[in-house]
Amino acid sequence: MRPEQGTMQSRAMAMAALLELLTDQPVIICNGFPSREAQKIADRPTHFYMIGSMGSAAAIALGVALSKPNKQLIVFDGDGNVLMGMGTLATVGALKPKNFIHVVFDNEVYGTTGNQPTISNVVPLEKVAKAAGYVNVERVREREDLVYEFKDMLKKDGPSMLLVKVNEMVEDAGRVILDPPDITKRFMQAIR
Amino acid sequence: MIESDVFVQALQDIGVDFFTGVPDSILGGIIAELMERRLYTPAVREDEAVAMAAGAYMAGKIPAVLMQNSGLGTSLNTLISLNYIYQQPCILIVSWRGQGGKDAPEHLVMGEVMPQFLDTMKIPHRTLTEKTAIDDFKWVAETFMKKRIPVALNITKGVVKGLHP
Repeated sequence: MRPEQGTMQSRAMAMAALLELLTDQPVIICNGFPSREAQKIADRPTHFYMIGSMGSAAAIALGVALSKPNKQLIVFDGDGNVLMGMGTLATVGALKPKNFIHVVFDNEVYGTTGNQPTISNVVPLEKVAKAAGYVNVERVREREDLVYEFKDMLKKDGPSMLLVKVNEMVEDAGRVILDPPDITKRFMQAIR
Repeated sequence: MIESDVFVQALQDIGVDFFTGVPDSILGGIIAELMERRLYTPAVREDEAVAMAAGAYMAGKIPAVLMQNSGLGTSLNTLISLNYIYQQPCILIVSWRGQGGKDAPEHLVMGEVMPQFLDTMKIPHRTLTEKTAIDDFKWVAETFMKKRIPVALNITKGVVKGLHP
């Protein structure tokens, strides 16, 4: 059984549970299915949907977090994205922005291109983040643990990483509707 | 030769208030000055730096990214599939290594093709000279505001004072 034995929760289910706990926090969402699913579950002006530049979600979020130190910043990332931009774990760990919560939905595959395996089944990304200097890291699988740990991270100083093991199920979600310049403008206005 | 503090001040005067990047020897003096002013956020790769600049721009900053021209290759996809198509402008301060064929072997190809490379990427660019500096900075600011895409200011060896005079 892939991924991790017994993972029942889909990314969309996990994402919906987290979005219920958020209000007006800026959320940077990585390219591929995560952005499409977030748009379907709850499209908010505070969402920044990436459609290209794979590997950059955490770096974009870091730029926002450093420029808006009083706003809590959330990243919805994937295992393929984190592996591609792994250096950014070091940059975040070194700069230690307190307002930075990095959620990684880890399904161990490149979902958009046909479920080719990543290497996150053998590389525990939350441990890499911890070694790089993230202050709080947790790895969860069940919905109750996910909600509990995320609520806890919302109260704590970061940087924090919440790694959520999810299955390969994909929501039937269309492409991101807004044009990229409109995503930029809407997000800028929403977080002003 | 332009002093590093004059160069940094000129950028601040046109509104730049977020500086990141990856070092190069030609940019050494500028980065030292930025660090002294506590304005510099170091990145580990140039594509990370331009993505950070995109985030900073959306949070209301005017970002600049310092890099060696080899970093243009590293950041190519991010520059075009993030900064460019999302209209998230930044000022690229790019050192022109390999210009005129006089540099270490790894710099020669990029040094030769850099202007065409920037043209192909549709990134407006200009090369700083001491004589035209005031105009160059004005052009950078205007292009940033008008086009809302990354704009490059190329720095050749000896134009801005480095760490070792």
